[in-house]
Amino acid sequence: MSNVFIVFQDNDDSRPIIEAILADNAQAQATYPTGLVKIDAPGSLVVRRETIEELIGRPFDLQQIHVNLVTISGHIDEDDDQLSLKWNN
Amino acid sequence: MDTPVLKKKLGLKERYAAMTRGLHWDTTYQPMDKVFPYDKYEGIKIHDWDKWEDPFRLTMDAYWKYQGEKEKKLYAVIDAFAQNNGQLGVTDARYINALKVFLTGVTPLEYNAHRLFAHVGRQFTGTGARVACQMQSIDELRHYQTETHALSHYNKYFNGMHSPKHMNDRVWYLSVPKSYFEDACTSGPFEFLTAVSFSFEYLLTNLLFVPFMSGAAHNGDMSTVTFGFSAQSDESRHMTLGIECLKFMLEQDPDNVPIVQGWIDKWFWRGYRLLSIVAMMQDYMLPKRVMSWREGWEMYIEQNGESLFRDLARYGIRKPKGWVQACEGKNHISHQTYAVFYSYGAAAAFHTWVPEEEEMAWLSEKYPETFEKYYLPRWNYWREQAKNGNRFYQKTLPMLCQTCQIPMIFTEPGDATKIAYRESDYQGDKYHFCSDHCKEIFDNEPEKYVQAWLPVHQIYQGNCFKPGVDPTKEGFDPLLAVFDYYNFKVGRDNLDFEGSEDQKNFAAWRGDSVQGAKK
Ligand SMILES: [Fe+2]
Ligand SMILES: [Fe+2]
Repeated sequence: MSNVFIVFQDNDDSRPIIEAILADNAQAQATYPTGLVKIDAPGSLVVRRETIEELIGRPFDLQQIHVNLVTISGHIDEDDDQLSLKWNN
Repeated sequence: MDTPVLKKKLGLKERYAAMTRGLHWDTTYQPMDKVFPYDKYEGIKIHDWDKWEDPFRLTMDAYWKYQGEKEKKLYAVIDAFAQNNGQLGVTDARYINALKVFLTGVTPLEYNAHRLFAHVGRQFTGTGARVACQMQSIDELRHYQTETHALSHYNKYFNGMHSPKHMNDRVWYLSVPKSYFEDACTSGPFEFLTAVSFSFEYLLTNLLFVPFMSGAAHNGDMSTVTFGFSAQSDESRHMTLGIECLKFMLEQDPDNVPIVQGWIDKWFWRGYRLLSIVAMMQDYMLPKRVMSWREGWEMYIEQNGESLFRDLARYGIRKPKGWVQACEGKNHISHQTYAVFYSYGAAAAFHTWVPEEEEMAWLSEKYPETFEKYYLPRWNYWREQAKNGNRFYQKTLPMLCQTCQIPMIFTEPGDATKIAYRESDYQGDKYHFCSDHCKEIFDNEPEKYVQAWLPVHQIYQGNCFKPGVDPTKEGFDPLLAVFDYYNFKVGRDNLDFEGSEDQKNFAAWRGDSVQGAKK
């Protein structure tokens, strides 16, 4: 199966997002190239708004992630509640 | 009676539909085909523009909001960097030369991208595509400006950064990136998106902005890493535009598949050639190494590309024709490219140098099959020569590939001891190429590529001197006249790093108190 990945700047804004992704995607793995956090997952990966909100204790607009997003792979789908990445193979 | 109507806030999908698709209307005074005349002649058949997907569903209001946030963050860092003399904190002054390549080779492309996305942002019949292109057009202008602002601080202290746009339009090696973009700009809108959004942004740009920017961070350059990642934060949207456009074309009509495949073949190879300069920066110009070109290639191109093309196979799309050869090139192109810049070090507006002992050891370790066998002996020889006061400078002009405009420096597939030469005849003239793939690109559209502005030909034709220069005058030095036309400050911008003004100044500034730094 192919991996999808998502990369963020390694900073305070990204921390709850990373934590949420790792909590919601059991197979996701984080690595830390200088300045960055790269998360790889086999096949698909989901970023859930609710999980982030629980971690930070306030409402969160998912589009906020654009500020610290660096790169992605896979097909994307986004609505108010989640952003997902997946390969169709 | 007026009862206030409490409306639930629209969800993302509805908001996107209202504020993007809802802004479109079909024209009635004039036929649609006359209002949008440019998106048909390439032969791409579109039956239903409503099927265009923009998965981020970003609307203009949200776009301004988040872009504004990015700018505030970025400029806070740029200001802090300048106020704290951040330029003195980089590993060593050799590193600055990577920034010179970036500023003269990449930054002007951002401006060209801005212009072209504005153009296609007007010309697509479908609103979804138009809005995505308009946002990207503004992004690219932002990249051009923020890179210029961030790097202008270095221009106060280091040589070779004084006229990037002027140089980009004239200098021999800068014609490589310039011609890539101009080739894309003179294509139709669908080919343009395949070239820039798919091949460049989706497939290849990770190699420029991710490992290289990590490298900037590693070398203490807070300013560059910040503008790099800030620009790259727009890139996810750009990459998405690329892949969505590709899927859209493939899904709309089976007749589109062979056209798109041809563009993928062409633009993968054009982009791969363009990136050889990034390969060199990655392996030779970052004093503190993070990741070799080869490792970056494996992580971002081989692994990710395999997944992508396995996914696209269901449309009948295969990997680009040059794939295997490009993957073989991961062991060679950084070494071959840097060697050329080293030997043409008198004719470039940045410094080059022989790698230090431990840097050679790093290269041997990262390139166990190729570095010691093919490239180390040449460095040892050049180092020996330089030690004896005989630093090697190439004094003749190189033959260029008609397609990618890179000098003939690349070797035969399977034989790294032999330079590859290809040629084609067209209307009584002979044209030269660096590879089978560049030749094939030419052979498919010779009427386009015969018009290429090849710097070496232009120099020999006398087109690269300032107005009023008289080449018949006693003692005329053609090369100096060309450098003058390029706006090079000879003896300051060019030649070896060893002995350069940059080297002396940096040592003095770091040794002395910061007060001693002069602007
Ligand atoms: Fe850009
Ligand atoms: Fe070529």
